[in-house]
Amino acid sequence: MTATIDAPVRTAPRLDSLGRLESEAIHIMREVAGEFDRPVILFSGGKDSTLLLHLAVKAFWPAPVPFPLLHVDTGHNFAEVIDFRDRMVERYGLRLVVANVQDWIDDGRLTERPDGTRNPLQTVPLLDTITEHRFDAVFGGGRRDEERARAKERIFSLRNAFGQWEPRRQRPELWNLYNGRHRPGEHVRVFPLSNWTELDVWRYIARENIELPSIYYAHERDVYSRDGMWLTEGPWGGPRDGETVLRKTVRYRTVGDGSCTGAVESEASTLDEVIAEVGASRLTERGATRADDRLSEAAMEDRKREGYF
Amino acid sequence: MGLLRFITCGSVDDGKSTLIGRLLYDTRQLHADQLATLTADSKRRGSDLDLSLLVDGLLAEREQGITIDVAYRYFATENRTFIVADTPGHEQYTRNMVTGASTADAAVILLDARKGVLRQTRRHSHIVSLLGIRRVALAVNKIDLVGYDQQTFDRIAEEYREFATSIGIDEVACIPVSALEGAGVATQAEREMPWYDGPTLLGWLENVAVEDERRSDPFRMIVQWVNRPDSEFRGVSGAILGGTVRPGDTVSVFPGEHKTTVSRVVTFDGDLDEAVAGQSVTVVLADDLDVSRGSVLAAGDPPAVADAAQADLIWMGEQEMLPGRRYLAKIGATTVGLTIEQPKHRLDVDTGARLAAKTLHLNEIGLGNVHFDQPVALDPYRANRDLGGFIVIDRLSNATVGAGLVRYPLRRSTNVQWQEMSVDKDKRAELNGHRGCVVWFTGLSGAGKSTIANLVEQRLYAQGRHTFTLDGDNVRHGLNKDLGFTDADRVENVRRVGEVAGLMVQAGLIVLVSFISPFRAERNLARGIVEDGEFCEVHVDTPLELAESRDPKGLYAKARRGELPNFTGIDSPYEAPEHPEVRVDTSALSAEEAADAVLARLHELGVC
Repeated sequence: MTATIDAPVRTAPRLDSLGRLESEAIHIMREVAGEFDRPVILFSGGKDSTLLLHLAVKAFWPAPVPFPLLHVDTGHNFAEVIDFRDRMVERYGLRLVVANVQDWIDDGRLTERPDGTRNPLQTVPLLDTITEHRFDAVFGGGRRDEERARAKERIFSLRNAFGQWEPRRQRPELWNLYNGRHRPGEHVRVFPLSNWTELDVWRYIARENIELPSIYYAHERDVYSRDGMWLTEGPWGGPRDGETVLRKTVRYRTVGDGSCTGAVESEASTLDEVIAEVGASRLTERGATRADDRLSEAAMEDRKREGYF
Repeated sequence: MGLLRFITCGSVDDGKSTLIGRLLYDTRQLHADQLATLTADSKRRGSDLDLSLLVDGLLAEREQGITIDVAYRYFATENRTFIVADTPGHEQYTRNMVTGASTADAAVILLDARKGVLRQTRRHSHIVSLLGIRRVALAVNKIDLVGYDQQTFDRIAEEYREFATSIGIDEVACIPVSALEGAGVATQAEREMPWYDGPTLLGWLENVAVEDERRSDPFRMIVQWVNRPDSEFRGVSGAILGGTVRPGDTVSVFPGEHKTTVSRVVTFDGDLDEAVAGQSVTVVLADDLDVSRGSVLAAGDPPAVADAAQADLIWMGEQEMLPGRRYLAKIGATTVGLTIEQPKHRLDVDTGARLAAKTLHLNEIGLGNVHFDQPVALDPYRANRDLGGFIVIDRLSNATVGAGLVRYPLRRSTNVQWQEMSVDKDKRAELNGHRGCVVWFTGLSGAGKSTIANLVEQRLYAQGRHTFTLDGDNVRHGLNKDLGFTDADRVENVRRVGEVAGLMVQAGLIVLVSFISPFRAERNLARGIVEDGEFCEVHVDTPLELAESRDPKGLYAKARRGELPNFTGIDSPYEAPEHPEVRVDTSALSAEEAADAVLARLHELGVC
């Protein structure tokens, strides 16, 4: 019998759920790179946009990410998040475009709201910046599991020249064929994480060991309670009369405007602990921590029509 | 942990939203705040706990109480994660069902036990089968309302099984459920239905075989992006749509069919020994071939490279399909021009009968031949969903107006070789002393097209040029006398005239075409038939009021009286050219001055 040397055969494992989601997101990003002239990634420093950036790095590696980042800065950001943003830009050699909501307030295009919340004010600076830079594809970290209105969102979501979402003009999306054609002035929002759930995001962050801003993990912080949320003092203001400041161990489940993003009491200081907590949680992330979603039953749908992410 | 994508479909009142709400509720996907919202919303609508409210997303449809779009839902058990495409049952919304089915591995078809198998049930099953879903669960809902009666269930199950088999669905599970009560969805209802010993719906979903066959298919990868950060590295990035690939494999690049070897399979996480269908990778090839976005890498049984195919078509546009119109098709990572022939037949999705059809309307399904304006690599849809499915895009609105599923490529197109003639266009141009060209006069009826065209022809004749005039009215008396004035017929009218004009240009003539030709897309089609520089579009621009006041043939008056339907300018649109070679405003210029302008432009174009 002749001895033969077989090359070792490693059969690839079946693609698991996270593998399929990752491949789908990369496929979507490459379609955008192939079909659009001026794409941009919306980057808030939150976990979803950080995940987007990570997927973009993987999609185009060894080439650099071929898109800039766009941050709509409410001026109400956590310092840790801005610091994190700047480090990511540095690490991956990216170009960063910042739209400062304060500039719009200063020159009168926007007026500060009585409650001081700036989340609803992001829409105008976002749309103005998209127009100014002629961005034709705008990546967002939106997921369909976040909210009822988002469950029907397309992966390529056409926005008219006013940045608005028109439910009736949304195109059917079949197979993995995305139609990104648009008229001048229109743009397309692209949501590579559409099919991810919050738990998928956390599991993937753990699997890939993705760095996040420190406020996602449990830390001690001075907080006060308002509308059932733990808010913290910052450039957006502080406690009102009768609101007591307490020292608590908390973490944030989302990163947004400090005036309406609440912390949750948590001891989860590692990724595994966060995942265990998310898996067991009885509150969805938006419900737990975003006051602006509670305004009305159809709050999200109204904002989408206006051109919010 | 694996992933299963499935769709749910049912009629408006079958309780589909409640069923999905039930799956979310029973698998504990609902959070405390969602439950609180649900309870509050339910109370407002006068119910204790209305699970359907979880699913019905958009405000409008919540008010109407029907689902009108595809919504995606997510839940997980310990064994699997699930993506549910919730697709509406309302008759008008076939396109949404097709959308949901295109990415699904399995389908749950819902019916009301009191009503049994309906038209809708058959319709949904036909679409599910057409889209290549082989595994179906029939959820016989509201079984509580027939007293959990076994005979009712058996009768429905038997009828459905027979039907499903007849349309090519291999695996059917019939499951009695009450979404409202929760019976048979996540938990067995042994007390109510001791006679049923099959799986619960959730049990079926957890165990149904996920399509894993793609891995044993021939290798296919679409190239989405060329990865070239520096002179050292050149890879092609894309998605594997079938089979597997390893370093050392011989692959061919389509179109072109150049063979090469895979030297590396690159990912951010390191090189792979093997990559499989479903993965997104970057491949480095041994040879520096012409590979770009839209190329297909393949091994094994090769894909076809064809510029025509027979395909099942699903129409999704508000405007009907226009045979002969130039659309775009996106297939894989390629977008090409597409024309569709008149359908061979239309499918009655309720009975499966084939009906005669001249076109396809919104939500209609038919079979027809399609032509791409360049060869593309494709597989039959049955062999590879991702390389056999394409979407149809309207060039003007950019909307996705249809979907196609390739049955087989047509090789006819490669057999009909264009006869190379030794006396060619250039030789005739030498002999004639001028080149051939189409001068296309477009504008409203009564704008003065024929008058100007006649003057231009007289002057060309005087200069010794070879000319011919194709006039709208004259052509309609002969070549096009079978055509009317519907949009579809107008497209065909223009196509024929464009082709005839093209042949005449081959013959070396200056062809003057005087045609209302109201649609931009069709004029561009005519332009595409001849070569660059051989088409001179003349927009005879006249305000409607002026044309109507002239009304040389009394047509506007007739149209205003409603005796001439689809009359351009009155009840059918005129799309003005955006960049015509010549624009003459007949409210400002005389016919002679207009003819001068056209002749000057022809001189500039180097025709004569």
